[in-house]
Amino acid sequence: MTRVLRWDVLVGALLVAVFAAGSLAVPGFATTGNLSFALGDLGEIALIALAMTLLVVAAEVDLSVASVLGLSSALVGALWDAGLAIETIIPLVVLVGAVCGLVNGLLVTRLGLPSLAVTIGTLALYRGLAYVVLGDKAVAQFPPAYTALAVGDVPGTPVPYPVALFALLAVVTGVVLHATGFGRALYAIGAQEQAAFFAGIRVKRIKLLLFVLSGTVAAFAGVVFTLRYGSARADNGLGVELAVIAAVLLGGVDFDGGKGTLGGVIAGVLLIGLLRNLLMLGDVSTEIQSIVTGLLLIVSVLTPRLVSLVRPALKGTP
Amino acid sequence: MGAHPTLALAGVSKSFGAVRALRDVSIELYAGEAHALAGENGAGKSTLVKTLAGVHRPDQGVILLDGEPVVLTGPADAQQAGVAVIYQEPTLFPDLSVAENIFMGRQPRRSLGRIDRAAMRAQTRELFGRLGVDLDPGRPTRGLSIADQQLVEIAKALSRDARVLIMDEPTAALSGAETARLFSVVEALREHGCAILFISHRLDEIFALCQRVTTLRDGQWIASEPVAGLTHDDLVRRMVGRDLGALYPKQDAAVGDVALKVERLTREGVFTDVSFEVRRGEIVALAGLVGAGRSEVARAIFGIDRWDAGTVTVAGRELPPGSPTAAMGAGLALVPEDRRQQGLVMEMSIERNIGLTGLRSLRRGATISRRAERDRAADWAARLRLKFARLGDGVGVLSGGNQQKVVLAKWLATEPSVLVVDEPTRGIDVGTKAEVHRLLSELAGQGIAVLMISSDLPEVLGMADRVLVMREGRLTAEIPRAEATEESVMHAATRRAA
Ligand SMILES: Nc1ncnc2c1ncn2[C@@H]1O[C@H](COP(=O)(O)OP(=O)(O)OP(=O)(O)O)[C@@H](O)[C@H]1O
Ligand SMILES: [Mg+2]
Repeated sequence: MTRVLRWDVLVGALLVAVFAAGSLAVPGFATTGNLSFALGDLGEIALIALAMTLLVVAAEVDLSVASVLGLSSALVGALWDAGLAIETIIPLVVLVGAVCGLVNGLLVTRLGLPSLAVTIGTLALYRGLAYVVLGDKAVAQFPPAYTALAVGDVPGTPVPYPVALFALLAVVTGVVLHATGFGRALYAIGAQEQAAFFAGIRVKRIKLLLFVLSGTVAAFAGVVFTLRYGSARADNGLGVELAVIAAVLLGGVDFDGGKGTLGGVIAGVLLIGLLRNLLMLGDVSTEIQSIVTGLLLIVSVLTPRLVSLVRPALKGTP
Repeated sequence: MGAHPTLALAGVSKSFGAVRALRDVSIELYAGEAHALAGENGAGKSTLVKTLAGVHRPDQGVILLDGEPVVLTGPADAQQAGVAVIYQEPTLFPDLSVAENIFMGRQPRRSLGRIDRAAMRAQTRELFGRLGVDLDPGRPTRGLSIADQQLVEIAKALSRDARVLIMDEPTAALSGAETARLFSVVEALREHGCAILFISHRLDEIFALCQRVTTLRDGQWIASEPVAGLTHDDLVRRMVGRDLGALYPKQDAAVGDVALKVERLTREGVFTDVSFEVRRGEIVALAGLVGAGRSEVARAIFGIDRWDAGTVTVAGRELPPGSPTAAMGAGLALVPEDRRQQGLVMEMSIERNIGLTGLRSLRRGATISRRAERDRAADWAARLRLKFARLGDGVGVLSGGNQQKVVLAKWLATEPSVLVVDEPTRGIDVGTKAEVHRLLSELAGQGIAVLMISSDLPEVLGMADRVLVMREGRLTAEIPRAEATEESVMHAATRRAA
């Protein structure tokens, strides 16, 4: 396939087009303040998308991420209420996220269950636990030093701290996925698991690690979310998993595994962020926003299939 | 039988991008005649088959059915015309039963269009009886060995009552006994007026089954002639374009310490009490019928499957059960039987497939060196005379034999001390086969211990220092080179338990 026709490049081009159109058509869009806000608003989705990319490349998926985020938020609230120091709470909560991921991973790798089913189950389970922990209430009044970290910009730039962290982790993830043996192993597992196993790749161990990573990142994203809004609630981040998966698939990662680039995913994340921001500026209701996310998801799954159906027909060979 | 060939190609060309797989090729298949198609790996044989089957549309030239030009828009058209095809790579639905696979799309019906499962199974059993196949028609095809999958494909094609039967390397994974039964069934079909097209890299089979042979070289038609009067060497010369020595026999190598020791290895219901040793410098063959448990022993040794009892020791160190990574660490390599599922990641490029077994050794710092990866692939591609356009191409577009070479390359590149090869020359042409044999002999000469599973008896007899024979999950004989003959091996492989 020629370089210009690559899906991730197309998404990159679409990103530029949407940005240009937004700047021209929507007043207040192309301001530093708004863009900085839009990026910050995207922080959690972007972070979780990194771990999700690794999973989907390996032909697995974690739908429980938003629930882990909610559970993490509820725990932050409950523990803060109980008088623990925030410095103690954060590592504890992240650890709980790792355990949530471990449970997913063990169910998938030890019992051989499909991750789609397992994580739909734990999606409900972890959200339920979040309500057990905090009930319906909201906990606020976190230390300003920390909330400032979550909303503030890196000094001298319009880049919020969580986004800076994302940029750093994205570089690391990109190198891991595209240049290391571990990354190669992920593609091999996603494309042909048996052949990967026969080549001496520790398939189960690697998958377990990916689920733990996903849980850990989701819990950390829960901390960021809580501090950014200054409010811990059990229903925080409801539905975020769909935005994350939409971004990953939109970025050209094949849901069947074995294909995709991190560059594409970053473009996908940014595109979703821009669209959400544009819809918000246009005062579009959240229902419509959700419809747009859903449509994007379907379009991003459908288009490559259509292309692969249409292309041979154009060439005239089956 | 009319004067027209039942099915024919006239002046057909077919290209894939820059690769010209067929150039102005003609072939005529007559009723009551078995026609062989010979050629090296990548010569275009499978492409020709797929053209006759309606999978590929020719760029130029025509397909003639009973002398009339036809356009096949897809495999369904070919089936409609009475053409049954066994493709080189099995294409079964893993979750459907054996019987359902065989009768896919034309299941026997009862009233109200309900599928008649009983009839389906009975007919499957009857087919299997003719072929001497011992498989449960009700089991899913997932997990069947390549040889068994091939047998199911054969049964599927035979069940179609076709006028033309096309078989692309149907015997590549079969041992002598299954091949003989297949031939007697095909012979009967031929006598009933069926036209047969047969492909095999085992030239003896061509002489045994066929009356005519067409040779291709690099996509070009070389000759179509009667088999009678041709010698083995004539045929090789047509295929390769030069003379070729006899198959390379193993050279004597200094036999050293025990490299691989298997003691009382048992996996319940699969194999029992298997014990043997392979020394450095030795090639030991594991012979037996399809289903005797040879591949299963190899898989267990390499850690793919767990064993229930016994030990596997490599260079004095006992291996943990169920860990290919540990086995590789100990210097073991396994070239598996099923290249599409186990040997290769079909969507990956040639170089990445070869690199997949060396993710550690290709590391420079934290990342993989693309240059080292490419060098490793280029080196082995040259040593195995791989036919390819670019190392960055997907392995999926290579011909079957060339895919097999990539699997070999990927494992030889790990520089193993014990090499287990399961049907190492399955689907490999004569020239390269000699090459692979020379390579195995050379490796043994360098002190590597080789355990070779092969259904190809001449290969076993030519290469092995010792022949181990398995039957029904047990080792039944150990035959030293001097005493190994076709008869002694077949006897140990087939003798019924007392
Ligand atoms: N779908 C495809 N796309 C690109 N190239 C292809 C495709 N199919 C076949 N080729 C190329 O066409 C050539 C002929 O391949 P073919 O599979 O017909 O060989 P073959 O004679 O059957 O070889 P073998 O004995 O190894 O099975 C090879 O160079 C192969 O790489
Ligand atoms: Mg072929």
